[in-house]
Amino acid sequence: MIDYFQYLVSQPAFIASIDFFIYDTIKIFVLLVVIIFVISVVRSFLPPERIRQFLVKRNEYIGNILASILGIITPFCSCSAVPLFLGFVEAGIPLGVTFSFLVASPMINEVALVLLFSLFGWQIALLYIISGLIIAIASGIIIGKLRIEHLVADFIFKTRNNSAAFVNQLSWSDRLTYAWGYTLSILKKVWPYIIIGVGLGAIIHGYVPTDFLARYAGANRWYAVPLAVLFGIPLYSNAAGVIPLVSVLTEKGVAMGTALSFMMAVTALSLPEFMILKKIMKTKLILLFAGVVGLGIMFTGYLFNFILR
Amino acid sequence: MNIQVLGSGCPTCHQLYKVTQEAAKELGWPIEVEYIKDIDKALAMGVMSLPVLAVNGRPILAGLLPSKEKIKKLLQENIT
Repeated sequence: MIDYFQYLVSQPAFIASIDFFIYDTIKIFVLLVVIIFVISVVRSFLPPERIRQFLVKRNEYIGNILASILGIITPFCSCSAVPLFLGFVEAGIPLGVTFSFLVASPMINEVALVLLFSLFGWQIALLYIISGLIIAIASGIIIGKLRIEHLVADFIFKTRNNSAAFVNQLSWSDRLTYAWGYTLSILKKVWPYIIIGVGLGAIIHGYVPTDFLARYAGANRWYAVPLAVLFGIPLYSNAAGVIPLVSVLTEKGVAMGTALSFMMAVTALSLPEFMILKKIMKTKLILLFAGVVGLGIMFTGYLFNFILR
Repeated sequence: MNIQVLGSGCPTCHQLYKVTQEAAKELGWPIEVEYIKDIDKALAMGVMSLPVLAVNGRPILAGLLPSKEKIKKLLQENIT
C-alpha cells in the first residue's frame, strides 16, 4: 500500500495534478475577490430601480441591447427576480426587453467570467460574453415579436403605480462595506464547488489521456451539443464547480463549442429560476423562454464547433 | 411610528428582519417590526430590490443587508 502510494506520488502525472490544482485555485480565488468586489461597487451605482429608468421609453431594439448589457452587472437572485420582473412590466418596459435582461442576468455573471478567464483564457471568456449578449438580445427580440403578453400571470398588468423610483443614499464607505460583504457571501457559497471542481479537474488533467473524449464529444459528433444543453439545465447551483471540470474536458477532446453550450445552459437555464418565474408566468411562456434560449445556445455551440475546429 | 421589512421570504430577507428586530430592541424602542410579504407594497414604494427596510411606509434601504450598527443609525436618522 505504502509502496504503491510512493509510486503514485513519484509519477509525473501526480506532480502535474498537484501543480495544476494549487496554481489554478490560487489564481481563481484572487481573481474572484477582485472582480466581485469591483462589480459590486459598480452595481451599487446601478441598482435595478435606476436600470428601469434607463429602459423606460427606449425603442424596442435599443432596449433589448441595453437590457442585455445591464443584465451583466445585475445578479439573478431568488430575492429580487419576481419584483424585478413585475417592476419592469408595470413600468411599461416591453416583455421582450424584460426577457433580454432575464437571460443576460444569470448567464453572464462574475463567477462564471472569472472561471472562464482563469481556466480558458481571455479569448474564450470574451467569446462567452459576446455570444451570451447576442443570445440575450435575440431571444428578447423574438419573444417580443411573438406578442404573448397574455401568457404572463393576469394580475401583473392590473397594478399600475407611478411612484418615483427609490434609490439608496450611500456614501463611499457604505458602498465599499456592502461590496466587501457581498464578495464574502459569494465566496462562502462557491468555494467548496470550486475546490471540488478544480480538484476533480486536476485528477483528470493528470491521469486521463489527451483526446480520450474526442470519440464521444468531438466536433464531429452532432448530438453532443443538444445533450450538453440538456445535462446543463439541472446543474445551476454548481456552476462554479462545473466550469473547471469542463475546462479539463476540452483538453481531453470535448469540442469547444460543445463545452460553451454546456456552460451557457448551466448558467442561463435553471430549474430554480423556472420555479421562481412560475409565480408570474404561465408554464407555456416558461417553456417558450427555455426553448428560445436553448436553441440560441445550441446554435452558438454548433457555430463554434464549426469555427474553432 | 412603525418599522417594516418587506421581503419575498428569501434567506436575506429573513436575516434583515431578524437584525432589524434586534436593532430596534437594542435602541430600546417598544416597536414591533412588521414583516410584509406583499411584493406589490414594495413596488408601490418604487422599489424592486428586496429586502426593503421602511420606516412609516417610506423606504430607507433596498436590496442590501447592512450591519446591525448601520441599521440602528439608519433608524435613528429616519425617525422624526
